[in-house]
Amino acid sequence: MTEYFQDYITVGAFIGLGAVLVLAMLGVASLLRPSNPTKAKYLTYECGVDPVGDGWAQSHVRYYIFGLLFVIFDVEAVFIFPWAIKLEELGMFGLVEMVVFIAILTVGLVYAIRKGVLKWE
Amino acid sequence: MADWISLPVNWVFLVLALVIAFAGVKVVTSRNLIHAALSLVGVLASTAALFLLLSAEFVAWVLVLVYVGAVLVLFLFGIMITRAPMGREVSLDNERRGLAAITALATFALLAGTSWVAFGDVEIEGVGDPITTGDLADSLLGRYLIPFEIVSFVLLAALIGGIALARKDRSPAEEAERTDA
Amino acid sequence: MMPIWLALAKVLLAFVVGLGVVVLLVWFERKIVSDLQNRIGPNRAGPFGILQTVADGLKLFFKEQITPSRVERFVFELAPFLAVVPALMLFLVVPIARPIEITLDGAPYLLSFAALDINVGLLFALAMSSIAVYAIVLAGWSSGSKYPLIGGVRGSAQAISYEAAMGLSMVAVVMWVTTLPGVTDMGAMSVNEIVLRQQGTFFPDLLALSWIPQWNLIPQFPAFVIFMIAIFAETNRAPFDLVEAEQEIVAGFNTEYSGMRFAMFFLAEYLNMFTMSALAVSLFLGGWGGPFLDTIDGWAATALSFGYFLFKTGLVLFLFVWVRATLPRFRYDQLMQLGWKRLIPTALLWLILTTLVVSFREFGAPWA
Repeated sequence: MTEYFQDYITVGAFIGLGAVLVLAMLGVASLLRPSNPTKAKYLTYECGVDPVGDGWAQSHVRYYIFGLLFVIFDVEAVFIFPWAIKLEELGMFGLVEMVVFIAILTVGLVYAIRKGVLKWE
Repeated sequence: MADWISLPVNWVFLVLALVIAFAGVKVVTSRNLIHAALSLVGVLASTAALFLLLSAEFVAWVLVLVYVGAVLVLFLFGIMITRAPMGREVSLDNERRGLAAITALATFALLAGTSWVAFGDVEIEGVGDPITTGDLADSLLGRYLIPFEIVSFVLLAALIGGIALARKDRSPAEEAERTDA
Repeated sequence: MMPIWLALAKVLLAFVVGLGVVVLLVWFERKIVSDLQNRIGPNRAGPFGILQTVADGLKLFFKEQITPSRVERFVFELAPFLAVVPALMLFLVVPIARPIEITLDGAPYLLSFAALDINVGLLFALAMSSIAVYAIVLAGWSSGSKYPLIGGVRGSAQAISYEAAMGLSMVAVVMWVTTLPGVTDMGAMSVNEIVLRQQGTFFPDLLALSWIPQWNLIPQFPAFVIFMIAIFAETNRAPFDLVEAEQEIVAGFNTEYSGMRFAMFFLAEYLNMFTMSALAVSLFLGGWGGPFLDTIDGWAATALSFGYFLFKTGLVLFLFVWVRATLPRFRYDQLMQLGWKRLIPTALLWLILTTLVVSFREFGAPWA
């Protein structure tokens, strides 16, 4: 087994430890806590009045645009990382490539701002 | 065969492959959109683990970051702006099931065939030291430069398409009114 | 090659430090806020009320836990796990003390105090913080109630917006660190390596200025500011705590949670605050570095460096609390405008500026 695999066994162990922590706390609490169910307690909380409607609301489409923009800038950051690491060897050519890449995606952001989809009204 | 069983890596692969297959089936059979999306998270996370098994660390974490962390959140937003108000159990099947099955099979045959032709009986030697991010940069900005730059155009096109769909177009009169106010 | 017990010991250490700091942090926040507001604050449980968090935690074990009839059960119960686990994971890549040379099976071994020292540590940290979004959006969705749903969608949109800015500021740091002399090809995305690169001083030859530490804070100050604003928004803290804007949407995404399940979200918030602060310290404030580390050696130096790490993290956490006690909450439209029209363009601009500076340093000015 190499150091590399040991690293990822560590990750697995930590996920397990975190899950066990949550399970243990919830488990201990389930032994200790009281349970006095009454009908009103199981109603959805809407500031004390009886809930109106069915609790599902449609979200505005603008959230989708934010999600899309996020995907784009996430991908951008991810692509810049390897270039940043190899900056020296890739030289001027790499620099130009990367500036083109960033510029194209910046056009997208500028377009979104100019079209006003980021405005909240 | 005995050789196959003695390697723990193969067992990990087997478990991951089964998880991927199971979750993949769940994605298409689940009647609840959010559950389907969560199954897709399972598929992608296990795929990331497969990449880790091939010591492609960078690709694995990019998969988690971009697909699990961004694209699927986008899916969730997509569900929130469309189906969520219609309740939980909706019938997601339609009469194009047969066609979809054929497409899926064809895609599987294509991918499996390509891998077979390309790697046939090559022994994959990825297990060991991780591939450095630097190596990745070399091929990304060298050999695969054109696809890399095209990615930026694809992303731009996706964004412009999304904006075109989401935007409410105003008449010039309305626009003038807004700037006055 | 590290024996398995040592790896497990490191995992346990990270776990204990993370949870221990959280227990203190809740008390710390309440105490500081009360001082800033001219109140006494918790002072009954233990000296200076330091055990208040323990008392509150114990109380939560005895609270009834209600699962409203309208919730989507599976996802509702999954969300607390998704909140706590990624928050803990982020802490894995942060080195909490100076590495120490030990003898292992007769051979010297450099023991690092980051539980996980991988080449792509920063990417791992970014991935974990993006997974944290799921807890918010799924808790909101599964509650089957309007306010949590709105809080969840809001919160996730906010988190992803600022995460984009955070990622870009990290890229600038990596770019800066890679081209410092003596960094290995694979090193600059490892948090451990970034911390090591910040030891030493900028001007070792100038006596008057030789005390200035070589922290990324100075050359990368704009990236630091962007990163700090982004982590405030990522952790949903004031002034960006719109997810739980009481006046508008009750308690936001966790309105329907009660008892221990609610406590899990609370724990995750504070864990996130701590791990993000620790990451900020490692990226910009020299991590565990500090004066006099070179004059002593062995475990004393390690202990001292751990002290420096805790102290610096404490300062960043104080900033969190200070801001919370000082600034009013943003409006949601202001929040999104700030993110996309100010922060991200600034981050892009800074990225390009860093690129140019770094390129000049590497290849010389184009006119030369």
